[in-house]
Amino acid sequence: MMEQLLSLIRNIDTSAEVVADAAPFTVSIAPKSLASVAGALHADPAAYFDQLTCVTGVDNGPEANTMEVIYHLYSIPFNASLALKVILNRENPEVESLCSVWKSANWLERETFDMLGIRFLNHPDLRRILRPADWEGFPLRKDYKEMDTYREVKVKY
Amino acid sequence: MNDTTRKDQHPDPAAATEDPSSFAYKESFGNSGLIITKVDNLFNWSRLSSLFPMTFGIACCAIEYMSTGTSPYDMDRFGMVPRATPRQSDVMIVAGTVTFKMADRVRRLYEQMAEPRYVISMGSCSNCGGPYWQHGYHVVKGVDRIIPVDVYVPGCPPRPEALIGGILKLHEIIKKESLIHDKS
Amino acid sequence: MALHSTVTQGKIQYRFREDNLALSEPNKFKAGDLRLEEMIINLGPQHPSTHGVLRLEVISDGEVIRQVVPHIGYLHRCFEKHAENLPYNQIIPFVDRMDYVASMNSEHAFAMGVERMMGISGSLPKRVEFVRVLVAELNRISSHLIAIGTYGLDIGAFTPMFWIMRDREHILRMLEWASGARLLYNYIWVGGLFYDLPVGFEEKCREFISYFEPHVRELEQLLIGNKIFIDRTANVGVLPLDLAINCGASGPMLRGSGLRFDLRKVDAYSVYPELDFEVPIGEGKMGTTGDCWDRTWVRICEIRESMKIVGQCVEKLLGEHKRTREFDPQAAVPKKIRPKAQDFYVRAENPKGELGFFFRSDGKSDIPFRCKVRSCCFVNLSILEELSKGVLIADLVAILGSIDIVLGEVDR
Repeated sequence: MMEQLLSLIRNIDTSAEVVADAAPFTVSIAPKSLASVAGALHADPAAYFDQLTCVTGVDNGPEANTMEVIYHLYSIPFNASLALKVILNRENPEVESLCSVWKSANWLERETFDMLGIRFLNHPDLRRILRPADWEGFPLRKDYKEMDTYREVKVKY
Repeated sequence: MNDTTRKDQHPDPAAATEDPSSFAYKESFGNSGLIITKVDNLFNWSRLSSLFPMTFGIACCAIEYMSTGTSPYDMDRFGMVPRATPRQSDVMIVAGTVTFKMADRVRRLYEQMAEPRYVISMGSCSNCGGPYWQHGYHVVKGVDRIIPVDVYVPGCPPRPEALIGGILKLHEIIKKESLIHDKS
Repeated sequence: MALHSTVTQGKIQYRFREDNLALSEPNKFKAGDLRLEEMIINLGPQHPSTHGVLRLEVISDGEVIRQVVPHIGYLHRCFEKHAENLPYNQIIPFVDRMDYVASMNSEHAFAMGVERMMGISGSLPKRVEFVRVLVAELNRISSHLIAIGTYGLDIGAFTPMFWIMRDREHILRMLEWASGARLLYNYIWVGGLFYDLPVGFEEKCREFISYFEPHVRELEQLLIGNKIFIDRTANVGVLPLDLAINCGASGPMLRGSGLRFDLRKVDAYSVYPELDFEVPIGEGKMGTTGDCWDRTWVRICEIRESMKIVGQCVEKLLGEHKRTREFDPQAAVPKKIRPKAQDFYVRAENPKGELGFFFRSDGKSDIPFRCKVRSCCFVNLSILEELSKGVLIADLVAILGSIDIVLGEVDR
C-alpha cells in the first residue's frame, strides 16, 4: 500500500522522497504542493485518508535555519498511517493551511502558529490559542528568551 | 449523670436535654439562659463555622478538592458549602496551577470577594510554581505574587486530609482576629 | 472593622491596569459585528460547569446560540518546553499531570512509545505488561466515573456525584497502595514499573469488582435511565459520523456516533490481544445516534468492559504470571535512555480518546529534541463550535459535559 501512496504523491509532486528512520511511513514534500497532495490523499478512493490526527511543528535551531511541519494522517478503512513532512525556511515560515480538507486542522494549526510562529495561509482564524494574545515571542523556538515580567509579575522563578 | 459535684463544675449538656429539672445552666447562669463571652470570640466563632469556599478548581488539585467536598471527606461538616459566585463566598481555595493568562482573572475574582475574605493556596503549584518552576514560562511562580495568601497547603496534590488540616489552620487564624486591633 | 492583612502582602507583584483582560484574551466578536438582538455572553474561566478553566464566548439572542467560541490556554503549563529540557524518564511526572484523572493511561502511552523507539518493547516481562493493563483499566474506570458524575452535576443531579466519589475512593486507595499516590502516580516507567504490586492486591481487586458491579447497575438506573436525564441529553448535540471523523474525534465521541473503532483492538498493543472484551458503540437507543446520551451510554458500557478486563488480568496475575521472589519490576529499565535518531509517533487509547506522542530524537542525547502531545481532549473540544449552533444555553452545558474534557490535557 505504501508504494501505491508514494506513486500517487509523486504524480503530484515529483520531488517527494521517503524519510528514513521515521515511524509511521513519512514522505517529505515541497511546501507549495502540500494542499494538492493532501486533497488527493483525502479524496482518492485507494488512499482515503479521512483523519488528520496530528500537526507538529519542529524548529531545527538557528544553525540549521529550517523549520518543519509534520502532518500525521490516518485512514480508518485501510488502517494505514502516513506522515507528510514539509521543510520551511526559518526566517519566514509560511505554508498553506489544510482547513478546507480536514476540519481538525483548524485548532492544530493555530497551536503550531502559537508555539513556533509558522503562518498558515488561508486559515480562517489564525490567532494565538494557548498563550495570551499579548505574549511576546514563540516559546518553542530554540532561541526563545522569556520575557522578564508580564503584568509586572516576574516570569522566572 | 446525677452526680451533684459534677453538675456544679461542668454543666453537662446531655444531662440538660434528658432531665430538664437538672438544667445546670440555670444553676451557673441563673434563669435567663445567658452566655457571657467577648464579641470578638462570638464573631470569630460564627465566621469560622461557616466559611463558604468559592469553587475555584483549576487543575489536578481541584479533583482532590472535589474529593474533600463530597462524600469521602465531607467538608460540609465544617459548615463549608461551595458557592459558585465570589460575592457569596468567604474563602477562595486556589487549587491548581495559576498561569499568566489566568492571573488577571484570579485578581479580579479576589477583588470581587467581600471582606472578611481569606485565601488558601492548595498544592505546590499555587504555593511556589510547583514542578513547573524551572522551565514553565507561562506559570506564575506562586499565587502569592498576585493575591495575599493566608494558608499554604503543600502537596502535589495534597491529600484531602491535608486540605482539611489547612482549613483547621485557617480556623486558628480566624480565632485570633479582633474587631479593634489590626491583625498582622 | 480592622482590615484583613497577611504576611504575604509584601510579595504581591501584580499591577492592575484596566485593559489587562481585553489585551490578554480578546473576544473574537465585537459588539458592532452583531445583530441588534444578539449579545455576547461570557461563560468565564471560573464557572461551575466548565470542567476547569475554559472560557466560552457565546453569541446568542438570549437563549438560542448563534455561535460559541472556546478560549483555552488558562492552564497552559508548557509541557513541551519541559520535555525539551528533561531526560525521557524524568518527563513521566509531567505526563501524569496532563490528563490528571487518567494518569496511568497517559504514562502507559508515553512509556510504550519510548520503549518502541529503543526497541526493548518485546523484552518486557509479561507480568509487567499485565500489571500495566490492570492499573490502566482501573484508572479508566475512575476517569469515566468522574466524567459521568460531573456530567450529572452539570445537568442538575447531585446524588450520582456523591455515589461516584464514594466508589472512586476505593480505586484511589488501591492505586495508592500500589504506587504511593492517590492521583498522580509516576508508576509506569520506561521499561517497567516503579514497584511491583503489593501482596494481596489481586484479591482486593476481585473484592472491588464484586462490590462495584451492583453499584454500576444502580448508577445506570438512577442516572442513565432517568427520564429527566434522557430528556436533557437525547437528540442534543448530535454528532454525525462523517463530521466526527473529519474533525478528528476519537474515543467515546467517535464510538458514540456509531463507529466501532477502539485502538486497543485496532493497534493491539501491550497484552490487549490476549484479553477478551467488547467495544460498545452508540446506537441511538433513546434518540439519534451520536447524541449526548449515546456518549454517556458508551462510557457506562466501557466501565463494564474495563471491569471484565480487570477480572481477567487478576486471573492471569494470580495464575501464570504469579509473583515470585526474583521478580524485579525494574529489571528492564534501561540505565541510559538514548534512542537512535528517528521520528516516532505512538498512540494509545486514553479514556477520552486517542492520545498520541510524537518524538524526535537526535540520537546524541537522552533528552528528546521534540516531544509533541496529540491530545485527545484538545481535538474533541474543537468540535464544540460545530455542535452547538442553534442550541439553547442549557443544551450547551449538556454538550460540553458529554465531550468530557480535562483542561490539563487541552492546554498541556
